[in-house]
Formats: sequence, structure tokens, C-alpha cells
Amino acid sequence: MPDDGARSFVHIEGLKRHFDVSPPWLVRLLEGRGRQIVQAVDGIDIDIAKGETFSLVGESGCGKSTVARLVVGLYAPSAGRIAFDGDDITRRRGRAQTVALRRRLQMIFQDPYASLNPRWRVFDIIAEPIRAFRLAVGKDDLEKQVGDLLRQVRLTPADGRKYPHEFSGGQRQRISIARALASRPEFLVCDEPTSALDVSVQAQILNLMMDLQRRFGLTYLFISHNLAVVYHISTRVGVMYLGRLVEQAATDTLFKRPKHPYTRMLLDTIPDLEMSGRQRVPVAGEVPSPIDPPAGCSFHPRCPFANDRCKRERPRLLPAEAGAVACHAIEERRLVIEDRSYAKAR
Amino acid sequence: MVGEPSRSAQDDSGRIMPSQTDNAPLLEVKRLRVEFPTRRGTLLAVDDVSFEIAAGEVLGVVGESGAGKSLTGHAIIGLLEPPGRVAAGEIRLEGRRIDNLPYEEMRKVRGAQIGAIFQDPLTSLNPLYSVGRQLVETIQTHLHLSAARARTRAVDLLKEVGIPGAEQRIDHYPHQFSGGMRQRVVIALALCAGPKLIVADEPTTALDVSIQAQVIALLKRLCREHRTAVMLVTHDMGVIAETADRVAVMYAGRIVEIGPVREVIKHANHPYTEGLMGSIPSLGHRTERLTQIDGSMPRLTEIPNGCAFNPRCHRRGRRCLVERPDLMPAGGGSAACWLHDAKGVGDAIVGEPANA
Amino acid sequence: MASRTAFGQWFHQAADSDIWWSFKSSATTVIAAAVTLFIIALAFLAPVIAPHTPFDPGTLSLSDGLKPPVLISPDGDWSFPLGTDDQGRDVLSSIMYGTRLSLIVGFASVVVAMVLGIALGLVSGYFGGTIDAVIMRIADVQLTFPAILVALLIDGMVRGLISSQRHDEIATFVIIGAIGLSFWVQYARTVRGSVLVEKNKEYVQAARVIGLSPVVIMVRHVLPNVTGPVLVIATINLGLAIITEATLSFLGVGLPSTQPSLGTLIRLGNELLQSGEWWITVFPGITLAVLVLAVNLLGDWLRDALNPKLR
Repeated sequence: MPDDGARSFVHIEGLKRHFDVSPPWLVRLLEGRGRQIVQAVDGIDIDIAKGETFSLVGESGCGKSTVARLVVGLYAPSAGRIAFDGDDITRRRGRAQTVALRRRLQMIFQDPYASLNPRWRVFDIIAEPIRAFRLAVGKDDLEKQVGDLLRQVRLTPADGRKYPHEFSGGQRQRISIARALASRPEFLVCDEPTSALDVSVQAQILNLMMDLQRRFGLTYLFISHNLAVVYHISTRVGVMYLGRLVEQAATDTLFKRPKHPYTRMLLDTIPDLEMSGRQRVPVAGEVPSPIDPPAGCSFHPRCPFANDRCKRERPRLLPAEAGAVACHAIEERRLVIEDRSYAKAR
Repeated sequence: MVGEPSRSAQDDSGRIMPSQTDNAPLLEVKRLRVEFPTRRGTLLAVDDVSFEIAAGEVLGVVGESGAGKSLTGHAIIGLLEPPGRVAAGEIRLEGRRIDNLPYEEMRKVRGAQIGAIFQDPLTSLNPLYSVGRQLVETIQTHLHLSAARARTRAVDLLKEVGIPGAEQRIDHYPHQFSGGMRQRVVIALALCAGPKLIVADEPTTALDVSIQAQVIALLKRLCREHRTAVMLVTHDMGVIAETADRVAVMYAGRIVEIGPVREVIKHANHPYTEGLMGSIPSLGHRTERLTQIDGSMPRLTEIPNGCAFNPRCHRRGRRCLVERPDLMPAGGGSAACWLHDAKGVGDAIVGEPANA
Repeated sequence: MASRTAFGQWFHQAADSDIWWSFKSSATTVIAAAVTLFIIALAFLAPVIAPHTPFDPGTLSLSDGLKPPVLISPDGDWSFPLGTDDQGRDVLSSIMYGTRLSLIVGFASVVVAMVLGIALGLVSGYFGGTIDAVIMRIADVQLTFPAILVALLIDGMVRGLISSQRHDEIATFVIIGAIGLSFWVQYARTVRGSVLVEKNKEYVQAARVIGLSPVVIMVRHVLPNVTGPVLVIATINLGLAIITEATLSFLGVGLPSTQPSLGTLIRLGNELLQSGEWWITVFPGITLAVLVLAVNLLGDWLRDALNPKLR
């Protein structure tokens, strides 16, 4: 794991973002309520090396989608910095520099039906980044580039003339990928790109993404709630809960020797398709509302190993085997770390 | 006969093992066809589907989008939206035909004999009425209890589905519950009149993974306790693996495979099921590539002749292009595939199946 | 039925489309469309096909005055099939020219309202915050006044500012502006609502990730997707605009009698109603009613036809 921020390709440090969800002023005045702030992202530290796939997992409300949008510039961080190839992208900069930076990072979205403008032809959708960054010389070059991109995602150049509604969900996601690749980026943020797709289509898209990664040396930040998918494609995994990173590790390590109680619980929820008879242990409780998170370690109400310190003091992310964990029970060595194995499927 | 229901012996996890039938099945669906007349012609969304569910059994119906599984469920509950309609076939509940009942009769069947759980708990519950009122209303409609008795039963049900503080929360409104809690209320609502069959359409898809596990466990336990059969429609193979006794795999409006869940998952008998299982990433081992089935499910207007899956099948033969296979015995269950027929698939076909 | 040309393809696609089918299948709509087209044709071809030029004083002769419609009474004259008014102006030709003016004012004011409303709705929805609050409060205030009152206000202000002779010359533009300004709010609100929905969709976010400027995103990405409901409002508004103009003219604050619209004609004829010369006011009245009815029916159909697609 790169321990020097300057060396890693994408370096995220102390990233925070809050949202003001207070009721309108008049309501607050009449009901005597205070402001309501949601800490959607509450101090995240991540390092991603070039060419690797870093996955961020968690359930709804954990802030992983917000992190994706912060990294790509759709939101401005409330605190912290994001450095891309040594360059701090959270700093204000001139227009030319911003453009140069934006060309190198792109995003793929979750909903294949909302991520393409329904009134535009596919050709124009894919050509837009090329035009915006002036990467083509003349109309012929533009057509050639768009045609190549369509072919790369296993569609045909003739598909450029069609409209998005003429394609299936999986095909639309391919078009999204083609658009994201149009500016020849080095870093792709993928926000649940296969969650809305059927299982067999998901397999096609995941295979495609891995092929493209190999071919172009791409680096991925992959957001997902599906642990099996994450296991399949990631180099390293980070687990988020209520805006905080509770554990991160190399994929094999995280799945074979999960440390944080929440990680263990998540892994327990993965269905047993190998029919090994492994019982899922449902965990008590639900994810609390992010408006009013519990004090101390935000997981303590649901944690079987919580003690008094957990209720008061927020655990820090401390190095652990091939990664890091934020848990008092681990730090105090109260928890036994066991190996897990999963039955082979077929 | 194909699609035989199973009963009697149970294995260690409480799962019902397949064996000979002794009694008539609870639900019988025979050659069901659901059509949508449009101005461009009639679309066939469910094509000649037959299966049975025994009392207390959980049948999973799995398939991808557009396979027709939700529509099958809706046809059984009698909630097909016009212009969709049951064009042919029979649906029998305890021997009695329910697909051709007038609206009032069907209304009585729904709720009292068949309960429904849909995907989105937000729309299943009326946001304007308290949870208690909706429960009591359903109970009184079907069980004719007094208001007080109905309320007691409602509170008991809420406790059974694991809502803490049921006596107070019974008067809360749906928006005051979280997603998982709402789905539990929906389960309570489905069970409150004591139905013999529950049709659950993607009951956990909209929930977080940790909540999914809780709700699935709850559903399973309650149905065992109340001896309620379940028709569980979902695209999530994991949910099926955990919950179902038998599973039917649907493709392009047809059932392509049906059998005991262990059999279908571990030893698929139909190339589509095989491909489907291979596409699911597994934690047991990591492969370079997931198995992928090239192409996509055909649209309702473009279903191929012969076997609907043939353009994407790597094991097809000449026979698959022209003759449509019915379900036939295969392994421990049944599959609609000529590979299991004595005459086989016919001559090999030169050329690749459809590309992605 | 493949077609080589792009237009041919588009034509076949349109002819095969759901909208055309829903149009054909409703007899009311087809009749309404036919009537509207007929009236529009009559009105715009007026300089060519009208039998007389009623607003050119040189062609008038008082001896032709007050002739009744030809089929009603033996005093009628086929060269004035619907009769004449007290100045000898042919009612039929007056109606044709008048409808022309009504339609021009109607269309133009709808366009003004649309452009203004769309622009403000886009800005309000996309940028939100203070801009949104200000624009919406102005809209709210304006909505508390009936549209006619607003139009009257604007018209009155302009009259107060310039001489009455100059006013006559630019009366058409003033009326168009006044009616347009009184109707923009509905467009703005609808567009704003659609923008709020589209703004959060991922294709807009994708455009932001590329780094395009907000104006570019608004115009190129959001605008094409929010115009659907606008078309429906515009069609229904057309009838309303025509009536508003007619009302203003009837009240005497719209178009002057030298360039009368249907409303003015109705007003002029109204004065003679008491003495029994009913045809001077009734025929323009019928024309106005039929036109607005047909346009409204078309608007109703359009709203329903576009609905499944909007869903």
C-alpha cells in the first residue's frame, strides 16, 4: 500500500462534505428547531495506485456516491484535499488547467436510462467530450474516433445514428462507457455501473470494463453495494459506514480475514450460492439516519463488541494487515481475527 | 407430469425435499398465456407456462427483466393491468378456477387466500392511513372479527414481524417507518387474513443488503410457521438459494427449467441457467472473466422460432431452430431443451451464435 | 418500406408513429384541425381572396350600408353575402381581415410569452437559490392579477407615455407585448419544474463532469427535454390569447378601429345591435367562438397524445 501521498496516483486526504438539510427559515423560527446538517462524508483517506481498481462498498447512506461525486468535481469538498497525479484538484485554478485535468478523469453512472440525453443521437453523445476537449481534427477524424469507441464497447459505428431509447440497458451502459473513454482518460470513477442491470448483462459489462482496463491501463474507483462483484474486480476495497471509512485492505485480505465488525456483518449477508448450507446471520438493527449519527464509533449500537470507549470516542483508522481498520475492539485486541473460506462454486 | 410439487421430508435447514406427491397441489397453473393487444399486433408476454405449488412450499420464479415472471405473478393475483389479459390457460387454487372469476369474487380470494408482497413498500402502503388502520381493515374484511379483536390480532402480527413497540407503532403512519420496517409491515399485511399462498414480487430488491437478509429470514420463518406457500418472483439468485424449495427459471415468457433449488443451481440442465449461474460472481474463486451469455433477451416482438434461447446458445443444433421444446425430464427436474431428448438437437450448425 | 432519403425515413417514421395514429383515431380532433386550418387559410389569404377591402376608405360607399345577409332577406346582395355595416364595409371581408389580425396577435403573444417564460424558467430552475426565489416571487405576484388586468395595465401605461397617434401605429406591438407579458408565468413554472427534475439526471451530471459551462448545458442538454409540456401549454394558450385580445379590443383598449381584429368588430357591431342589425356583431362572434373552440380541442388532444410519452 502506498504510504507516501506523493507517489499514489489518486490521493484523498481528510475528505469531508456536509449538506444543509435544514427546514426553511420560517419553519425553524416557528418550531424553534435548529439547523440540520448531514455529514455525508466525514473524513476519508484513500490512496489509489495507477492501474489498480479500488472499490468503495457500503449500504445506502454511507456516503460512497458522494465520495464519487467529490472526486470527479460535481461537488466541492467541505474540507480535505484530493490530489490527482500529484496535482491538487481541490485548489482553485485557471480555466486551462481545469480543462486539462477534467480530460484525464471521467465518470460512469448507475442509471443507464438517465445517463444519456434522450434527445441526442448516440454519435453526438459520444462525440461531446471529443468536441469539448478539441481532440479531433476535422469531421472525418471525429467520425473515426467515435466509430472506434463504439467498436471498443462491442457496438457498431452504425449505432451512432440511433437514439438511446432504441437500446437495452446493457447497451446503454456500453454507450456510457464509450463516452467516458472518449477523452482518453486515465482515471474512471464508476458509480454502481452494473447495479441496474440484469445478472448476465452485468457479466458482459464487467468483463468489458476489465478488458478495457488491461488494454488502456486505466485506474478505477468503483462504487458498489454488491460484494461479490467487488470481490471479482477489485485490487483493494474500502468499507464505508455513515460517511466514515471503517476498513480498507487488499481484496483477498478483506474477504478472507475481515476485521471490522461491520465488514464481517456485510460479508455475512452475501448469499450462499454454493449451497453449502452456510446460514446467514442477520444482524440486528438498521443503518441509523445520517442526520443524527451515534456518538463515538457510529457503528456501536449494532456492534456486539462495543464497550464504553466505543460509545464516546471515535476510532481512528490504524494500519493493519495489508490495509487499515478503525475499531477500538481490534486495537485493544479484544477481537479474534479468523480466517474465512468460501466454498468453490462448481 | 412436469413441474411436480414436492412435500414430506425436510433436510437439516428445514428445506423441503422433493418426493412423490400425495395430495393435490395448492396452486396449479396450466398453459397460461398472457397477452397485450396493441395496435401493432398482440404481444405474448407469458407463453404457455405451467407449474404447481404444493401447500407450504416456496417456489422461486427467477428470470431477467422481460422474462415474464412479474406478469405471471400478477396474473395469479388477478391484478393484470389492462390491456394485458389472460388469453388462455387455467389458474386453479385448491382445485377451483380463479383466472375467470368476476371482480368481486376475485377480491375475496385476494387477501383471504392469496396475499401479495410487492417490491416497493412505499407504494404498497397507503400513506394517508395509519398502519394499524390498514391492517384492521384487511382483517375485518376477510375474517369478520370485531374491531377490538382485529386490533389485537394486528398488534400480534406486528410483533411477529419484529416491529419493536408494536402497541404504539400500530398507530404510526408508513412514512414513520424505515424501508426495512415498512416491508415487514407489508409482510404482516399480506399474512393478516391467513392466506394459503403469498405471491411476493421482488420483496427485497429495494432494500439494503443487511436488511434483505433480515426480511428474507423473516419471510421464510413466518411461512413455515403459518404453513403458507410462497411464489417468490425475483431476479436475485441469492435470495432464491436461501429461501426456495424449488425454482422455475423463465426466459422470454417461457419456463426453461424447473426443479429442486439445489439441483438447478448446482447442476443446471438448461444452457441458459448454466450461463446465468456462471455470470454471477462467486466468492469461492476468482476468475479472469465471468461467463457471459452473448446477446440479450429478445424483445417480445422478436422472439425467434423454435427454442427462444437458440440464437445465444452454444450447444444448439438444427432442431433448436425450428422445433420449440416443452419441459421434459432432465436430471432431478425438468428442462425445455432438446439436449435432454433422446433424439438430441439435430445436426450441428456452422457459425457463431449472436454476438454481444 | 425502406427509404433512401433522410426525409423519407423521417416521414415514414412520423406517419407510423403513435401521435399520428392517435390523431387519426379521434374524429373530434381531425375536425377541429380541419376547421382551424381552414380558418387560418382564409385569414392569411385574405388580401388575395377577400371580395372587398373594407378598411380602405376609398372603396367604401355609404349606399351599401346596413345591407342584411343575403339568405335572410330579399334586400341582400350576393356581393355582400354576410351583409354590411353602417359604413358599407363588407362583413365577410371584415371577418377575414379581422381574423388575420387576431391570429397574428394571438400567435405572436404566445411566442413572446413562451420565449420569456422558457428563458426565465430555465434560469430559475438550473441556478436555484436567490435567482430562483426572486423570479418565482415575481411570478407569484403577477399571478395574483388576472391576465386581462395585467394586459390592461401595460397597455394603459404605454398609452399614457406616448401620443395617441403614435400609439395607433404601434398598437399591435403593444398588445402583443402586453398579452405576452401577462402569460409568461405558466411557461416559466412548468419549465422550472421540468428543469428541476432533469437537472439531477445523470446525463446532465455527465456534461458537468466534462466541464461544460452552465449556459451550454442548459441550452443544449436541458432545454430539448423540457419543451414537451410547453407545446401543450402554448396550444391551449393560443385560444386564450385570442380571446384576451378580443376582450381588450372589445373594451376599446386593444387594436384601434382602423385595424380591427375580431374583437373590435364585435364591439363596433355591438352598438348597432339594438337597432336590429344583428349580423354585424354576430358573425364575427361566431367566427371567434369557432376558432377558439377548434384551437382548444386541438390543445386537448395534443396534451393527451403527448402524455404517455411524457410518462
